[in-house]
Amino acid sequence: MVIINIAGLGLILLVIWWFWLYKPEGVVVSSKDSITILVKDGVYQPANIKVAAGKSVEITIYRQDDSGCAANIIFPDFDINEELPLRQNKTITLPPIVSGEYSFHCPMMMYKGRLIVE
Amino acid sequence: MSERLKTTTQELVIDGASCASCVNKIERALKELPNVDNAEMNFALRLVTVTGQTSSDHLINTIEAIGYQAKVVTDTSDGDLLDEKEIAEQKHYKKLIMQMSAGLGLGIPLMIYSLLGGPMTVDTTLERGIWLFVGLLCAAVMFFAGKHFYIGAYKSFINHSANMDTLIALGTGTAWLYSMIVVIFPLALPEMARHVYFEATAMIIGLINLGLALEVKARGRTSEAIKRLIGLQAKTARVVREHNGSKQEIDIAIEQVLLNDIVRIRPGEKIPVDGTVIEGHSSVDESMLTGEPMPVEKSIGDNIVAGTLNKSGSLLFNATRVGKDTALAQIINMVKRAQNSKPPIGRLADIISAYFVPAIMIIAIISALAWLNFGPNPAIAYAVISATTVLIIACPCALGLATPMSVMVGVGKAAEAGVLIRNGEAMQTASKITTMILDKTGTITEGMPKVTDIIIVNDAYSEDYILKLAASLEANSEHPLAQAIVDSAKAQDIELSAVTEFRTIAGLGVEAKYQQQSLAFGNQKLMLTNNVALNNFATQAQHLAEEAKTPMFFTIDNKLAAIIAVSDPIKEDSIAAINRLKGNGIRVVMLTGDNKATAKAVAKKVGISEYFAEVLPEHKSQKVAELQAQGEIVGMTGDGINDAPALALANVGFAIGTGTDVAIESADITLMRGSLHGLADAIAISKATLTNIKQNLFGAFIYNAAGVPFAAGVLYPFFGLLLSPVIAGAAMAFSSLTVVSNANRLRFFKPQEY
Repeated sequence: MVIINIAGLGLILLVIWWFWLYKPEGVVVSSKDSITILVKDGVYQPANIKVAAGKSVEITIYRQDDSGCAANIIFPDFDINEELPLRQNKTITLPPIVSGEYSFHCPMMMYKGRLIVE
Repeated sequence: MSERLKTTTQELVIDGASCASCVNKIERALKELPNVDNAEMNFALRLVTVTGQTSSDHLINTIEAIGYQAKVVTDTSDGDLLDEKEIAEQKHYKKLIMQMSAGLGLGIPLMIYSLLGGPMTVDTTLERGIWLFVGLLCAAVMFFAGKHFYIGAYKSFINHSANMDTLIALGTGTAWLYSMIVVIFPLALPEMARHVYFEATAMIIGLINLGLALEVKARGRTSEAIKRLIGLQAKTARVVREHNGSKQEIDIAIEQVLLNDIVRIRPGEKIPVDGTVIEGHSSVDESMLTGEPMPVEKSIGDNIVAGTLNKSGSLLFNATRVGKDTALAQIINMVKRAQNSKPPIGRLADIISAYFVPAIMIIAIISALAWLNFGPNPAIAYAVISATTVLIIACPCALGLATPMSVMVGVGKAAEAGVLIRNGEAMQTASKITTMILDKTGTITEGMPKVTDIIIVNDAYSEDYILKLAASLEANSEHPLAQAIVDSAKAQDIELSAVTEFRTIAGLGVEAKYQQQSLAFGNQKLMLTNNVALNNFATQAQHLAEEAKTPMFFTIDNKLAAIIAVSDPIKEDSIAAINRLKGNGIRVVMLTGDNKATAKAVAKKVGISEYFAEVLPEHKSQKVAELQAQGEIVGMTGDGINDAPALALANVGFAIGTGTDVAIESADITLMRGSLHGLADAIAISKATLTNIKQNLFGAFIYNAAGVPFAAGVLYPFFGLLLSPVIAGAAMAFSSLTVVSNANRLRFFKPQEY
């Protein structure tokens, strides 16, 4: 019984670490200043994007997921809210941004991503 | 990412090509570009089709370099996009229904069997064999009908995030895995715990797919308003273009209409682009955009707007705004953006849902541990059930849907009433307004002064004659009220005559000579200066002023001939609309640059007790700040141009339009029609939407807050009650449906007009 309890507790700690404490590295964007995000199977791929500060960035988004939640992408900090047509490229141009971390997500926050600006 | 472009066909509309030789020039220039395979131009349509691997920007630059303008024809109009979206939704719906059938097809028979008391145990080899078969069948259902949950769960897991899929995958996975262990290694578990739960897995997958399918259906209905707006766009336009030296009317796709094209519109047709009428006369139904039921008369020089309906006559107009620039396109764009924006009230739900799923996983583990430690036998079976039920009943979807669904419907509903709401935040603030400032001119009143009374003092003169002389005199003046007199004469087809020796006496009036007669027209002070006897007409003038009219005195040869009163009439429904505002407990304040007497009279007439007169335009925002300092949440309503600073400073700025001629960008909320009822509607709809959001959030919170402990088994020690995972599956499916349906209820909301 003790072992089971310890295992359970360990599982809880694992959940906390994996979902809350772990901070993934951003994907570095090439000097082309453009990146493609795939919307598929409940996640943005990649979900963590790193871009250079003070430069306009083009993000191309391709939605392959037909669930309704995925149909929009929101960058709340830049007042961007774009509809994503199914199985079509949609390009969003982000204005030059100051360094920091910004989030982007679908209207229901099922899909979540981070934009790291350095 | 590579920058290589695929070979594509692009269509560009060319502006400025006026002769056939241009065609060659453009085609050649384009063909000379590297990576362009072919370029062909249709002169009649001003359309060039380019195949190759060049970006459209490059093509446009090339065409501009040789002296023309070009723009890309976007092949997906809003309407096409919408159709596509609907087809995709329909497909998704069908898929979900199939998956639901698979899940329930296996789940329901199994459940009936278990409810009828059929043994779900594995005591004999035959039973083990049968259950193994059922288990594999269940796995097949999981694969066919629930694949998306497991893939989604896995993908988000490796991305360190968790969502609804995670919960469903874990819940159904746990139940299935436990059951398979029971079947394959029965000896690993105590005898009492050897019970299979395949029916739960299959039922849950079926029910959740059902929930999703119903949600897709209900979600489709929430976008009705935007569908209606997009449906207003005409597909084709009939333009007059020069072709082979002669002018021809040709039908072209709406995307190909260029700026300054001459467009023909026949009776009963939708107006394709914005423009100015250059020929013809007709009445146009603008109700679809403004909510104003009366058709508007249009003749030369009047502006017409895309999406409105031409009723009676044929018109020729000059296209002034096309494509994405038309008022309709801007409205659609704004409504779309607003529908997807979130009022601050929704942020709490966002924060919670970010932590929600892992928290539920932790609760499930704790619940299982509690059962294992303190539960009755078979503890392990109870632990599995409770963990599964906790995972399944928690519904992040309902939380996530609560706000966006209501905003979608609310913003759309407002657009139907001719109210454009910029975003969710404006909506939330509008629902909390405590004080509404109304500008007088153009907001409460028409903004166009008119002659209301002509009192003839000397019966020797006819009314027409007086008006003719007064208008001839005032035609020289630049005073705003003078225009009202001139307009009045013109409206009655009275011809004006030339006057001589015209002069303005600042602050008093004007004087001139007409055929040896000396004319004077002005206020009471002018009469005093000129020693004109007013007798009892002074009292009459006083009465007029008290009726919110501005009386002016007209003398011929220094004798009083008539009193002409001018007033800016109060809009017909201002009083009713202001009563609606007051009925909502809103403090209504009037602001005007006019003199105190008129302000007082107007305020009294419309039932406003608080007013500020003689406020200079630049001081309007000060008044807003003063009221805000009193702790009021201030809404400011004005024309959006002169009042822009005050609108910006107010908690919510309302720009009131006349017809479709509105500066949409200038305010938080734009009222497309001139009536103040739009204002009351805007507030009523905002309030209804916010109430709806609160109901949704409350429902979703309560549902999770109550459902999760039940599922964990808090009632068991007292009543011996433990929720079945199947019930949890049904509850989860219907919780998001409840939220979407409640939001849909808003569609039937009708602002009350009285």
